[in-house]
Amino acid sequence: MSPHIQNLLVLTGVILLALGAVGFARSPRWARPRARFARNRTGIAALIIVVLYLIAGASDLILTPWEKSDGRPMTVLECVFQNVPKEATYSAPFARKDLSDRPLLRFHLFGTDALGNDVLELTLKGASTALLIGAFASLIYIPIGIVLGISAGYFKRFTDDIVQYLYSTVASIPGILLLIAIMMVLGKGIPQISIALGVTGWIGLCRLLRGETFRQSERQYCEAARALGETHPTIIFRHILPNVMHLVIINFVLGFSSIILAESILSYIGVGVPIGTASWGTMIDAARMELSREPKVWWNLSAASGALFILVLSLNILGDALRRAFDPKAA
Amino acid sequence: MFSYFLRRLFYTIPVVLGVMVITFVLFYMLQKPDTMARRMLGPKASPQAVENWIKQRGYDKPVFFNTQPGGNLFDSQFFIHLKSLATFDLGVSDATGQPVLERFKEGAIPSLSITLPAFFLGIVLAVSISLFLVYVRETKIDFAGTIFSVALMSIPVMVYVIFGQWFLAVLLKYFPAYGFNLEGFDMIRFLTLPILILVIGALGSDIRLYRAIFLEEVRNEYVRTAYAKGVSSGSVLLRHVLKNGMINIITLTVAALPMLILGSLVLETFFGIPGLGNMTLAAIQTSDFAVIRATTYVGTLLYLLGLLITDFCYAMVDPRIKLQ
Amino acid sequence: MTAPLLDVRDLSISFQTDKEITEATKGVSFQINRGETLAIVGESGSGKSVTALALTRLLPEPPALYVKGSILWRGRDVLALRAEELRKIRGGEIAYIFQEPSTSLNPVYTIRNQIAEAIRLHRPEVKDIDTEIVKWLDAVGIVNPRQRMSDYPHQLSGGMQQRAMIAMALSCQPDLLVADEPTTALDVTIQAQILDQLRELRSKLGMAIILITHNFAIIRGLCDHVAVMFRGRIVEFGTAEEVLANPQHPYTKALIECIPKLGAGRERLHTIDYAAIERAL
Repeated sequence: MSPHIQNLLVLTGVILLALGAVGFARSPRWARPRARFARNRTGIAALIIVVLYLIAGASDLILTPWEKSDGRPMTVLECVFQNVPKEATYSAPFARKDLSDRPLLRFHLFGTDALGNDVLELTLKGASTALLIGAFASLIYIPIGIVLGISAGYFKRFTDDIVQYLYSTVASIPGILLLIAIMMVLGKGIPQISIALGVTGWIGLCRLLRGETFRQSERQYCEAARALGETHPTIIFRHILPNVMHLVIINFVLGFSSIILAESILSYIGVGVPIGTASWGTMIDAARMELSREPKVWWNLSAASGALFILVLSLNILGDALRRAFDPKAA
Repeated sequence: MFSYFLRRLFYTIPVVLGVMVITFVLFYMLQKPDTMARRMLGPKASPQAVENWIKQRGYDKPVFFNTQPGGNLFDSQFFIHLKSLATFDLGVSDATGQPVLERFKEGAIPSLSITLPAFFLGIVLAVSISLFLVYVRETKIDFAGTIFSVALMSIPVMVYVIFGQWFLAVLLKYFPAYGFNLEGFDMIRFLTLPILILVIGALGSDIRLYRAIFLEEVRNEYVRTAYAKGVSSGSVLLRHVLKNGMINIITLTVAALPMLILGSLVLETFFGIPGLGNMTLAAIQTSDFAVIRATTYVGTLLYLLGLLITDFCYAMVDPRIKLQ
Repeated sequence: MTAPLLDVRDLSISFQTDKEITEATKGVSFQINRGETLAIVGESGSGKSVTALALTRLLPEPPALYVKGSILWRGRDVLALRAEELRKIRGGEIAYIFQEPSTSLNPVYTIRNQIAEAIRLHRPEVKDIDTEIVKWLDAVGIVNPRQRMSDYPHQLSGGMQQRAMIAMALSCQPDLLVADEPTTALDVTIQAQILDQLRELRSKLGMAIILITHNFAIIRGLCDHVAVMFRGRIVEFGTAEEVLANPQHPYTKALIECIPKLGAGRERLHTIDYAAIERAL
């Protein structure tokens, strides 16, 4: 893929996300939830942390005109870290102090791993992998969930039977085993893991939307729309979708956190990202025995676990804050 | 009651068939037999060996219907797959050649010895803590408890396992760090740490869920009636809210009960517990498709069994429900 | 002259949600003597149910906030009581029945179990609880009380459930029964039966009753005094005959006009003209 196309795609993604945020900030329909969210300080803090992660993740996706030793273009993140030297093996945080002539980052803030790579750089690259997989998987499961859930709840009868059968069948296969099976068949890789998480992750959203669409379509405004002779697509897109959209947003944020957790677990047990791709799961796997070394190597494991923990926690808190903003009665 | 049981069993047949189709597509149609054989036999295997391997496992047969002259119409990969699953013939391990059913029997007890105590201990702990949070609802303690449970559920299982082992076994030396023995006093020594880690790992999401369930109950009018009778707020929770909330909690948790046999993937490997989770992870590392296929299928049946048990528990604890 | 049983003075209650404060009652005052019956009449949102629940501090705090005023029960201020003293009053001295009997009873306990809980709390001297329960179920007109008491709430009809609620409230022999829209959720024929039952029980047991309702039609012949509430205030107070025959406040007049009269011909049903009331205030 040419660097320009990749940069363009990343830019499109960022713009779409920003447009979504602006839409939330300006839509009169969401004025009250927005005001409630603005009062929730924990939620705002979580949002800021998530945005910081997004920036870190994007910095390893945007390519610069400079090239690495193997001829591939460097990402922004790699540019920032290009002067940080590779060590021979483990080195503790702050261990090297003789880099004082370097302009930026004169030491390994989080130390280095067994191969001498800077742990901070690896951790930030892990953020990009996690966010990339989260975004791809969401792009797969959210459309499936919306289409199946709303059509089941709106058309009822036969459509509903089919959708219910579909999700009860997929739901009856234990999640982690299905994921493992798919990953073993498809092989390791970022696209594969996104597909695996995408095709298994839609059930919760589908159930939720099915129920809510059912409730909405029984409400009087929908009956009035039908009585006025509006077509099914009009009713669905103009009346039902806007009324269930907040559920999609909440589900997106909370689902993102479970996708990231699942990615790290799959990578840890060896069916996630391929060797050579930075991932918090593989970092934890590589560092699994290091606590029992003498002297202890703790920085590696702590950096990966900590980065994962803070992102997932922020997403969960953000999701809860959004839920409370949209539905103040919810606990 | 019995007719209800039969009817429920009948309704699960389409689901089981659907699962059979999904597993068939996954394991037979999405990969070439050739790659499977090479993965097992190694890249240097002779073409003859590969062909034998494929023939031996029936991967050379037609996929859906055998339309070759003289052949049985149903002598195809799909129907052999269906038949073997329907007769509970789980096949042999691709890697070791051991019958999978035998391995299941060996691994079930070690797995259950961890997951079963953890399941019940987890419910008791999560219910008590969430009920306490509801008792102090809308105070700072409630807020802190909720954030804490969200934090607990934001940590992946392997981090619990790694740090738990390091902290409790290596640093404090309370428990042995590794190993498994089900005899005598040793049992307690070896089991406590994995059970503890499993309980803490599931605690966060359980507390959050149960707290939401109990809060939902507290809003009901029968709670106001109880207060109006002069019942203390502690008794209102323990007598009235707990019993109503438990009905919801039971329907959510009992479904997972049979699946406890499958054990915990990450935990068992880390502590060297010879359970089914350990077996599954070993199968992943050796690309043992037969074992993964069987585990997936058995896991599904156990889940469906769990749903059936849920129905009966529901009817038992909720006076409004009668099975017909 | 003896002190009144209940003396509510200048009671103001607010609800605080998300930094918005709503005033539910504004300076409500009324009294009720032993054995008297008081009706509090008003539309939904007028503050009548809030007043009723406030009498034993049943409103969840937060969001409820007792801004000012006092509730004197036998001379003691309810708002200053400790939790244990409050619990003795709740059920034991002031008992409640609510609007929706189907949700006000706990679905997972039998009727016997729920009544027994109340008796154990307030009348520990009662040894044979089952006989006591049967006595009260019989008193509220439940046929076959010995069988019915082991039923779960969902096995009873709405009227039966409300009778069970009344039995539960009376089983502790309270001095005051607060009935919060006791018949609103029931069929019209059942409404009349329940009201008759209340009337009969009052004359038999001699307790005071506060009847909360939006319906002027049901208070005739049951209540001694009437308080009319409008937007958190008591706008009219007097004996039932007085108020019904000669209402002073425009809102009271409007409410009384809303009662459909038999033989009134093909007259249109009245609606309340709030603008006219605002002008008159």
